[in-house]
Amino acid sequence: MEKWENNRAWFLVLPVFVVVAFSAIIPLMTVVNYSIQDIFGPGNAVFVGTEWFEEMLTDSRLHDALGRQFIFSGLVLLIEIPLGILIALAMPKKGWGVSASLITLAIPLLIPWNVIGTIWIIFTRPDIGLFGVGINSLNLLDVPFDHTARPAFAWITLMAMEVWHWTPLVALLCYAGLRAIPEAYYQAAKIDGASAWSVFRYIQLPKMRGVLTIAVLLRWMDSFLIYAEPFALTGGGPGNSTTFLSIYLVKLATGQFDLGPAAAFSLIYFLIVLLFSFIFYQALLNVGKGEKIA
Amino acid sequence: MARIEMQEVAHSYHGNSQNLEDYALKRIHMTWEDGGAYALLGPSGCGKTTLLNIISGLLAPSQGAVLYNGKDVTALPPEKRNIAQVFQFPVLYDTMTVADNLAFPLRNRGMAPDAVRERVLEVADMLDLGTVLNKKAAGLTADAKQKISLGRGLVRSDVAAILFDEPLTVIDPHLKWQLRRKLKEIHERARMTMIYVTHDQVEAMTFADQIVVMYEGEVVQIGSPEALYERPQHKFVGYFIGSPGMNFMACQVEGAVAHVNGAAIALGPAVAEAAHKASGKLEIGIRPMHLEVHDTPMADAVPAAVTFVEDHGNCRIVTLVLDGQTLRARIPEGQTVPGDKAWLRFPPQWTRLFADERLVA
Amino acid sequence: MKIQKRTLGLIFYFVLLVVPIYWMLNMSLRSNADILSTFSLYPADITFENYIKIFTDESWYSGYINAMIYVTLNTVMSLAFALPAAYAFSRFKFLGDGQMFFWLLTNRMAPPAVFLLPYFQLYSTFNLIDTHIAVALAHCLFNVPLAVWILEGFMSGIPKEIDETAFIDGYSFPRFFITIFIPLIRAGVGVTAFFCFMFSWVELLFARTLTVTEAKPIVATMTRTISATGLDWGLLAANGILTIVPGALVIWFVRNHLAKGFALGRV
Repeated sequence: MEKWENNRAWFLVLPVFVVVAFSAIIPLMTVVNYSIQDIFGPGNAVFVGTEWFEEMLTDSRLHDALGRQFIFSGLVLLIEIPLGILIALAMPKKGWGVSASLITLAIPLLIPWNVIGTIWIIFTRPDIGLFGVGINSLNLLDVPFDHTARPAFAWITLMAMEVWHWTPLVALLCYAGLRAIPEAYYQAAKIDGASAWSVFRYIQLPKMRGVLTIAVLLRWMDSFLIYAEPFALTGGGPGNSTTFLSIYLVKLATGQFDLGPAAAFSLIYFLIVLLFSFIFYQALLNVGKGEKIA
Repeated sequence: MARIEMQEVAHSYHGNSQNLEDYALKRIHMTWEDGGAYALLGPSGCGKTTLLNIISGLLAPSQGAVLYNGKDVTALPPEKRNIAQVFQFPVLYDTMTVADNLAFPLRNRGMAPDAVRERVLEVADMLDLGTVLNKKAAGLTADAKQKISLGRGLVRSDVAAILFDEPLTVIDPHLKWQLRRKLKEIHERARMTMIYVTHDQVEAMTFADQIVVMYEGEVVQIGSPEALYERPQHKFVGYFIGSPGMNFMACQVEGAVAHVNGAAIALGPAVAEAAHKASGKLEIGIRPMHLEVHDTPMADAVPAAVTFVEDHGNCRIVTLVLDGQTLRARIPEGQTVPGDKAWLRFPPQWTRLFADERLVA
Repeated sequence: MKIQKRTLGLIFYFVLLVVPIYWMLNMSLRSNADILSTFSLYPADITFENYIKIFTDESWYSGYINAMIYVTLNTVMSLAFALPAAYAFSRFKFLGDGQMFFWLLTNRMAPPAVFLLPYFQLYSTFNLIDTHIAVALAHCLFNVPLAVWILEGFMSGIPKEIDETAFIDGYSFPRFFITIFIPLIRAGVGVTAFFCFMFSWVELLFARTLTVTEAKPIVATMTRTISATGLDWGLLAANGILTIVPGALVIWFVRNHLAKGFALGRV
């Protein structure tokens, strides 16, 4: 659409700008401020330049948290994307099953994030949880299952919770993409004698490119920023085994009151995320362009 | 090549309904001859796509049977029927090259790679796609894509019939005639049965040898373009074919004269005779091209008022009112246009009589 | 009805989805003593005491009310701010429009943890700590960009010839916007309201940090079930179930729109 050129449109955007600036720029400036000073007390601060940044960038606990974060986000994508596609393919196209499926899928997405943690704590406890009791009755493990007994258990529970919680989002996006494919493609494929696998590979998957891009990037971003669910489930433990970036940051900021390093870390974190945002934005733009030509 | 027969085919999208209104196809009983170029013409919603899908096997009819060369294929799915279908918009495998697109149906049927390549080259040549064979199908223009869709149908040499569902819808207008000509060329070369669904009469008339006109779920006439033009069997055919469509006026017949309100119009002898045997609502029909407009009174002409004249370049469309009925006449460029009063003559050989919307004579 | 393998797989997956929630429901209908003493697959001795406790104890149900208040506030605010802005992005080319749009999107991607402390200090300065408006405002950080994004998409689907016609007909901009434009995009407004509600309802970090007692939402008060005897599982579970209810109700009411939206092939 040919847009009207008029700088007075800024008035329409002004409320949004003010609100988001208030919510984003001012706090950010505060953070930048803290990140370059050493604060001993109110009114008593020393400019330290990039000292905090250097300290954080060489902080081994930060590296560990970053490593765990990458592993976590990687696993999330590896499991949720294929699973989401499979679910979308299996969902009904018409009838009452459509509403029923959509509602069931949407429920996990509408549960407060710390309640998700609560659900899974209850579910996996060895004394009162169905999963906990069930696993232990099989007597396969050397140590009774408890989500905090071992890092491995914590990770398994965490992944189960995360996949349970967010795969529906991928499934819903893929389902929308699938439903957008005109029936004629399936008809032509039938006439061409194509197998079900060919239909998936040459028609469905390519046509889902748009929604899959959104799904991959949304899940990467959100899992990279994740806080509430793992915190509610394990608090970052046992030890540090499930301390991801956000959890580490909050611990730093609220626990030790080391505002300087925490602020520096915040900025580093934000920059990493900004980089991915930019890639996201460009990818989305190009996906949109590609579809218009085709 | 196949001769396709439709025996007592009817279809309702609401299951086995007793209500005639629910039937998209009311009763189709006809034969598509082997090697014929047919157009299936009708307005939106008349059931053309339903009929096409029943022929191709994408839809199973509620009633009736479809036979290919005498063999009952009603229960067979499309891939077993050896037909090809081209849709309104190009249906391609975007991630494949043009060559792979064309080869796809053959590879699925297990043809040897050498034979596949040979056939692909042959078809690409037929459709002038030779230069883009190795390009990704997704980046091409709409008409090239439609040609690929068509090619996928042609590439199977055993294909019995090719069905087209308004294939030129997304093509630029100045390229439409090119594709139409190409389709006609292919038909002449391969002599396979082609059924072309459209709501555009120009497309139908230029492509087809025989036009099948549909209206509200029924076939109202099958014939050559001339037959449809000169002897429309149904009021709808008269109205739909021709631009503008046929003029109709309700009348009463006395002897060899039809009375339209006040005016008297002479009828030819054959028509007059048929009129006496006919019953039901009688109407006179005449095409605008055949209606004679004179600016001076004449023997068997009736007076009418001129209300509007449109200049169409090579002809003029004159709108007239004859005793409350609106008529249109088409007069050639050179002829003078009368002022506000004209005399209309209805040549008996072109004046048709319809009873209850069906042609009597 | 033929049951295919894929449908069986789907049903199996849905069962897996529902089981943990069912388990919590199970817990919520039993007393804590009962839960700790016997393990059972269903509540043999159903009791509603947990729910009754929540509904009658002000310190409990106020948590729900607080959450409802700021979520509603946020949804209304986000829509109110985003509608004109989305219109601007959709119809106009202006200085810095592309950059502004991208900047808005980046806020959706911001790690909330980064803003935790600054927000606390910022809102303290304005004496807004422990108010509903504080949480509603804080949630605007990510909801407003999302709202602008979604609404702009819907608005771009309406040809601007409609705007032009209205202006020629003498409509003032506010009148046009409210009486003509918004009804045209009401599906988009619905979707946006749904997402704003969803993300605000489920958010924890800001909701907990910015509130103390007056505006403390349920997501933060839930953990108060720790008492001398240890965690009261029944109460915790009942609380959890009650936080799912608003979400479930919302989906139930929009289920037809959801299904229709998917049928149209538009995300």
